[in-house]
Amino acid sequence: MNAPAIEARGLVKDFGDNRAVDGVDLDVATGAIYGVLGPNGAGKTTTIKMLATLLSPDTGSARVFGHDVVREAHTVRSLIGLTGQYASVDDDLSARENLVLFGRLLGLGIRGAKAKADALLEEFALTDAATRPLKKFSGGMRRRLDLAASLIAQPPLIFLDEPTTGLDPRTRLQMWDTIRRLVAEGSTVLLTTQYLDEADQLADRIAVIDRGRVVAEGTADDLKRSVGTQSLHLTVASHGFGHDEPSGPVDRTRTAIRELTGQEAVLTPMSGGARLTVPLDSASAVSDLLVRLRTAGVEVRELSMSEPTLDEVFLALTGHGAEEPDERILEEVHA
Amino acid sequence: MTTVTLTPAPPTGLGATASQSLAMAWRGLVKVSRTPEQYADVLIQPIMFTLMFGYLFGGAVAGSVKDYLPQLIPGILVMTLITASTVTGVQLREDMDKGVFDRFRSLPIARVAPLAGGLLADGVRYVIATVLTMVMGVIMGWRPDAMGAVVSGLLVIVCAWAMSWIFAFFGVSARSASAVQGVSFLVLFPLTFLSNSFVPVTTLPGWLQGFVKVNPMSHVVTAVRDLTGGGAGGADVGWALLGAAVVIAVFAPLAVRGYTRKV
Repeated sequence: MNAPAIEARGLVKDFGDNRAVDGVDLDVATGAIYGVLGPNGAGKTTTIKMLATLLSPDTGSARVFGHDVVREAHTVRSLIGLTGQYASVDDDLSARENLVLFGRLLGLGIRGAKAKADALLEEFALTDAATRPLKKFSGGMRRRLDLAASLIAQPPLIFLDEPTTGLDPRTRLQMWDTIRRLVAEGSTVLLTTQYLDEADQLADRIAVIDRGRVVAEGTADDLKRSVGTQSLHLTVASHGFGHDEPSGPVDRTRTAIRELTGQEAVLTPMSGGARLTVPLDSASAVSDLLVRLRTAGVEVRELSMSEPTLDEVFLALTGHGAEEPDERILEEVHA
Repeated sequence: MTTVTLTPAPPTGLGATASQSLAMAWRGLVKVSRTPEQYADVLIQPIMFTLMFGYLFGGAVAGSVKDYLPQLIPGILVMTLITASTVTGVQLREDMDKGVFDRFRSLPIARVAPLAGGLLADGVRYVIATVLTMVMGVIMGWRPDAMGAVVSGLLVIVCAWAMSWIFAFFGVSARSASAVQGVSFLVLFPLTFLSNSFVPVTTLPGWLQGFVKVNPMSHVVTAVRDLTGGGAGGADVGWALLGAAVVIAVFAPLAVRGYTRKV
């Protein structure tokens, strides 16, 4: 059986006049972490709900390991685990009771369900809290329980809808480790996120989704390359002069950058100077710029080159004012 | 290429459906043990209504409270249980608005299990209401046939359980829990009061007698009166059971369909 984990074609879902999902295609290979990145209301959750058989698409189709999510919904449900903002656990039950309930529903039998519940509580470090009311759980404990509940049947495909939204940084890192471990054990994970670093850190491939459409797809590197090559960050000292001082060091640097690259640098004021950022086509332009700055008597404190962050990618693809995604970027990424 | 080991789809037969429904019923009972105040209606109503109606109407309708009880208790019993069955719909609606129902929907389990489980757990409510009503009656001087009391208790519980599918259907169809409550009471009041529950049918105007006689509630009440009076129940038991079967056959599929479609 070598069908891809997910194969979605032209998924569309309307809620009244609002088209939540507008023709989404997704291909997720088995054994990968696939990230769906997008702002609130982009259609991420609706897409997952269709893939997880909670909603049927208005048009389009999707297959999970080769099984149609509408016609073979029952089979698909036995292949997936769902964790997210909505697929939750029962607040009126304890952690252990929740896991026992889901185990029994999945046919484990009373004894088997209890054994599985205890094993999962141990694995997710919830043993001490097993009988505590869920209302007293921290956000991180709740997410761990949510995740544990979707792993009872050891499903080969796990949907994680914004698994770290609202978690503190340390808990977030723990969740990342857990997700990596799942994949190391052979699961396929589809996760949605609003956090660019999360997609960057975890996902093998990323789909950027905005207003119900996939506006870009590829590896994190593909996406970054699609907005430009590299950025130069330059920190310039201004010796007590304001950074907006006419013909001060900062102003002279901006002029030099403008003359050399034809681009306007983005300026971030700092104590005792300013930081300037500008996209560069080639690293060799840096030496020309440094020569000019020395001639102009500008003291460069710090200099670095970096690839664009996913933040920049995200803004370029989904930013306000951009009614349609940049055609050039789409072609490059899909090529 | 990676090979995916596919777990076979869990069985969907009657046995699996039953064990999934029982697991859901267990959930319902655990929930109630955490919030026993949910049982307030079936604890208070049987006591209050039996006392109130008995002493209020007893003298007027039957000459004395004691003589009214064989007529009244079956009426109160049926009314209390049918009222209790509406709560099923309201609670189901509240329950379905919680995130955990999305997980139930994403599990490879029978679609009917979450509904059937909740309804099964509600059986406990009906047992409480039945026992309390009968005990109140006995305290006030009612002396039913013991065997008849047990059989009629079971009959009423079965009928209430069947009715709860109607309210479950309202529950999955309505937008909010309060809407379920409103619709349920619109159905409930004519059914329970326009029956032979509290007053002799012969005192009613002719057009109303027509409705009262076809009201299925009247058949259940008559069956309970006959059984607790030491009779065999007769045709009314059959009608009551047939009615219950028809209600389940119609409303269980409708409720499951509504549940499956709910966004």
